[in-house]
Parts: sequence; structure tokens; C-alpha cells
Amino acid sequence: MKKKKVFNGNNILLLITLVLFIGMYTIGCIVYADKGFTHLQTFLNILITNAALIVVASGMTCVMLTGGIDISVGSLIAMDCMFLAVSMSRWHWGAIPAILVVLLIGIVFGCVQGYLVGYLNIQPFIVSMAGMFFGRGMTAVISTDQLSITQDANRLFYTWANAKIPLPAFLGYTNKKGKVIAPFLRPTVIIALIVLVLVAFMLKKSRFGRSLYAVGGNETASKMMGLNVRRTKLLAYVLSSFLCSIAGILYCLNTMAGSVQQALGFEMDAIASAVIGGTLLTGGVGNVFGSFVGVLINGTIVTIVNSNGKLLSSWANIATAALLCFFIILQSIFAAIKDRSK
Amino acid sequence: MSRENGLKKFTHSKLFLPLVSLAVVLLVNLIKSPAFFAITVKQGVLYGRLIDVLNRGSEVAILAVGQTLVVAVSAGTDISVGSVMSLSACFTTMLLAGFGVNTTNTIVMPLALGILAGILMGGVCGAMNGALVAKLKIQPMVATLILFNAARAIGLLLNNNQITYIRYEPYKWMGNFLPHVPIPTPIIVAAIVIIVVSLILKKTALGMFIQSVGINSRASRLVGLNSTMLCFLCYVICGLCAGTAGMVASSRIYCSDSASIGLNYEMDSILAVALGGNSLGGGRFNMAGSIIGAYTIQAITTTLLSFGVSTDQAPVVKAIIVIAIVVVQSPVFQDYLENRRNRKASAAKGVA
Repeated sequence: MKKKKVFNGNNILLLITLVLFIGMYTIGCIVYADKGFTHLQTFLNILITNAALIVVASGMTCVMLTGGIDISVGSLIAMDCMFLAVSMSRWHWGAIPAILVVLLIGIVFGCVQGYLVGYLNIQPFIVSMAGMFFGRGMTAVISTDQLSITQDANRLFYTWANAKIPLPAFLGYTNKKGKVIAPFLRPTVIIALIVLVLVAFMLKKSRFGRSLYAVGGNETASKMMGLNVRRTKLLAYVLSSFLCSIAGILYCLNTMAGSVQQALGFEMDAIASAVIGGTLLTGGVGNVFGSFVGVLINGTIVTIVNSNGKLLSSWANIATAALLCFFIILQSIFAAIKDRSK
Repeated sequence: MSRENGLKKFTHSKLFLPLVSLAVVLLVNLIKSPAFFAITVKQGVLYGRLIDVLNRGSEVAILAVGQTLVVAVSAGTDISVGSVMSLSACFTTMLLAGFGVNTTNTIVMPLALGILAGILMGGVCGAMNGALVAKLKIQPMVATLILFNAARAIGLLLNNNQITYIRYEPYKWMGNFLPHVPIPTPIIVAAIVIIVVSLILKKTALGMFIQSVGINSRASRLVGLNSTMLCFLCYVICGLCAGTAGMVASSRIYCSDSASIGLNYEMDSILAVALGGNSLGGGRFNMAGSIIGAYTIQAITTTLLSFGVSTDQAPVVKAIIVIAIVVVQSPVFQDYLENRRNRKASAAKGVA
């Protein structure tokens, strides 16, 4: 009996996602072995470039669990990056005050969105769309230039961005000159993974995490059970925007720049990752590890397209969309089977 | 007394808030520059800010028509319309110029056929969305996320990864001016789309059927309506609207810039529906409200630009206005106002 429960529809979906990721990665390894696809570093690079996306997708999953959506994340990241760039290279702030202010911006942003969604009952899509316009516009209000954070602007931030965490050399490979190149990680990846684990733990064990599932599963029932639905929703958006601010810092550490056009379409990447990972937009179903695998799949597609070299970058979009289509149909088939067995 | 009732009827009608929003935006313009409403004739065509708003707002108005139906029938939004606009435009330019041709002065295919094909391409995209939503019962936003991602990319592939210019005079007609007609063509196109769709909704029972499916799809099926078919149909109409809007947008710049055509238009069209006083939760809809909403958005944008706010910064003001409008329209705020009015009334009675 217990065994049956482990393999319910949602877990099978997660399993399929995982198998698909491993399958895709293996195909990549076989086809592009000569282009360094088999090196551990390729995989680590996927993590490094997508560190911000991992954090955003975790926050997005929490919001989607309540049945809402937050499409403001991309512009919030752009705003954070721009603020970091301007404050450090123009106003000569230290790295730590700038980061604290960015985190504060995220919390305030989330409070406003959460209040509008939770307490005023306005549709999440409209609220976060306004948030998206606001964030993108604010970025331009702060500055319309393309700023980069140089070593002179802020030594500490620059050191963080270029810090490498070397892994043992036996995991590396020997290059053509016979020199062993050890794989490395960036601190951003470690932060992203810590956030991921914390959010997963919170969703599984904490009271707030369980109430997120409850509110998304059935709002009326949770209200009758005595859960504070409004506050739960508010906190979900605060959490999402706060995580988004962390992601903004990670993103900035990766790009070391601020511009108005940064992180365009990030929200859709995050939503796509969550959906591929088995989170339902109607709420109540999903977990962050699924979203994490979703991010990895996204990253693998882009890496394969880049490794090929001849393919246009638009093929990455098309492949993601096809995969999304596949998963959505799979989900609906599982839902249909569930309905029939009832 | 009856006049007061008439006023009350108006303030309580669904069109009241959208109209007031539009009026406020126009009023701000009038105060800023009295010349806002001036319409002049230059070189045989109409010029003026108001004409500009109507002209530039055409695409969003056309999209809003389709989006309203989609929102009403499926309680979800079609976020692919912007990308579909781009795909339709690319498809048409590919057909007209031939694959791989970068810039051309002659077209290899009759113009009407090419434009029709572009609009139909929108219909095909709509059909795909519709099949996913109606038949497979997938949440609309997720289903349309597929084409949101893919359509723009496919359009780029169709044009061989470049911008195709069609320097053929009649191709510019749809987005600019027809010879000897003083009104910009996009306004005419938008009017035609609005009239055709509202005639279909008014003369047949389709509008009522759509509302009934949106309110309770299962009950409607039990009554004998084909819910699946109706839902599918709404998405196809939405796709056709997106295709038409794509034609207008492409004709304006006589090329198919797949990266910029229809960018963020899905947001504007959804906003138009919400500003029009329609619930994004589906059910009853108000087409006129959505169209007013579409022109309100354009009026806001034009106003900001005329105030010297840069294109990049304009979204901040737009966001604040949007939030203000939706907060005023939200049921919680309305209840609060109602309560306050009642309390005031009862207090006044107590004093008397």
C-alpha cells in the first residue's frame, strides 16, 4: 500500500523529467563529445549560468503552489542589477550596503504585490504584470546607460564574482598540452543550491510551507480550517520577490553589468522550468526539485544548441517549447487517468 | 428623480469605470495642451494627436477583441498573441518575397493572397492553442506559453534569420494610408474587425453561449452546448485577430522584424481586457469595455511620450495607473466604498 503511494502521478512526472534530462544529457555527450560536452565543467557551467534561474524558479514554485503567478521577476532582476551597478560604480557604495538595499527592495516589492493579491483580491497576473512594467521602467529611471562593474568600482564585489571554488583535479581532464585542468564552481552556485534546499525543506516541514499547498489545493477549505489565506498569499509573494532579489545579486555577479534590457523573458523561463518540473498552475501540486530539474533541462538545450554552433539560437526556443508541449500533454494524460480511476 | 435614477444607472453600468478612466486620461491631455483634440488635414490625410491614438491603438484593439473572448470562455489568457503577430508577419513576408530574399521591390505572389495566408497562419496558431485548452483541458496560460516561446523563433527561421523588407508600395497600405483616403488604414481595419465580431456575437447566440460556457462549462454541456467546440472557436478567433494585427504591424514598417513586432502586446491586450472591467475569471464579458481599455492604454502611452517621458521610463507611470485602476475596480474596494456610503447615510439619518 505504501509503495503505491510513492509512485503516484506527480512522482512519475518528476521521474520522467529526470529520465529525460539524463537522456538529453547523454545524447549531448555522445554527439558533441569532441566539443567538451563530456567534461564535468560543461555541467558545472550550466549551473553557473543558471544559478539565478534556480533561485527564481524556487520562488516561482512557491507562488504557483498558491495558484498564483509572478511575472514581475525578470524586471525585478533587471532593476536589482541596475541598482547594484549604479550604486557601486557611480555612488561608490560598498558591496554589502548595496546588497542589503537590494534585498530590502525585494521585500517591499513583494509586500505591495502580496497585499494587492491577498488582501484586495486582484488577479495575480494583472498585479505582477504591473510589477513587471514598474520594474522595467524603474530600471530606466535609475539609469538608461549600460553600466559595467569594474574592478576599480568595487574590489570586494569583483573578487566575489571572480572567485573560483576548485574541485579535486581527478574530476577534471587533460588538455592538448598535457596540463590537467580542474573543474571549478562559482560561489553563486553554492548560494543557489543552499536556497534551493532551504525552500524545499520549508515546503516539506514548516507550517508556512504546508499552508502554501493547502491554500493552492482548496482555498475555501483552508479558510474553513482556520488558515489565514490572505497572509499566506501575501507571504508567498514576499518570498518570491525576496528570492528574486537574491537571484538579482547572483545574476549581477555573473554578468557584472546593469542594463535596461537585462533578464528579458526571465519570468517565462522560470515558469517553463516549473511547469516542466511538474508544478501545476492551478496550485497545490509541485515541488522545487522538479523546478530545479526543469532549469537543468533548459540549460542543457541551450548548451546543445551552442555546442552545435551551426544552429540558430532560435532553435533553443523551439526545443524548449516542444518539450513544454510534451510535458503539458503528459500532465493532462495523467490527470485524465486519475479522473477515470476515481 | 428619474434623472437621478438615470445617473445611477450610468454610474453602476459596467462601462462607467472604463469610460471614466479614458475621460481622465484625455482630460489630463486637454489641460496640458489644448491642441490635443485639434485635427488638421495635411497633404490630404488627417493629422492630430487623437488620430494618432486611434491609429497606434489599432493593434491592441484588434487583439483585445480576441482576448476578451478567450478570457470569457476559458477564464485564462492567451499570452501567445504577440509572438503569433510576429510569426504571421514573417510568414507573409516570406511568401511575398520568397524564402531567403532579404529585400525586394516586387512580390512573387498576389498581395491579397499573402495577407490572407498571414491571417490564416494566426488562425492555425489559435487552433493549436484551442486544441490544447479545449480538448486536452490544459490551463490556458501554460498552453499558450508554448507558442509564446516558439512562434517568434519559427518566424525568424522562416525569414532565414534576417529582416525581410518589402519595398512594394501597396504592401504599405494596410499600416499607413490607402491612396485618396484621409483616415489611416489601421483604424479602418480595427473598425472592420470590431464590427464583424460584434455582428457575429449580436446576430447569433454565440455571445450568450460563450458566456454560459465561461460561467459553468459542465452545466452548459449538460444543457446541450458543445463547450469544447465553443472554446476552440474562441481561440481560433483570437488567433485570427492576432494574425490581422500582425499584418497591420508589419505593413506599418513594411518589413518583418521578428524581434520587435508584437513585443509585449500580449500584456497590453490582457490589460485592455482588465481595464475594460472584465473579470479575468471568465464568464460575462463586455467587448466595448475591452476596446475602450485598449485605446485608454494607447492614450496613456501617447500622453507620456508627449510629456517627454522616455520610452523606457514610461512603464513606471503605466504600472501605477494600472494598479490605481484595478484597485478602484476591485470588489473589496467597492465594498468599502459602499459601506462608507451606507454609514454616512445612516449617520445623516440619525442627525435628522
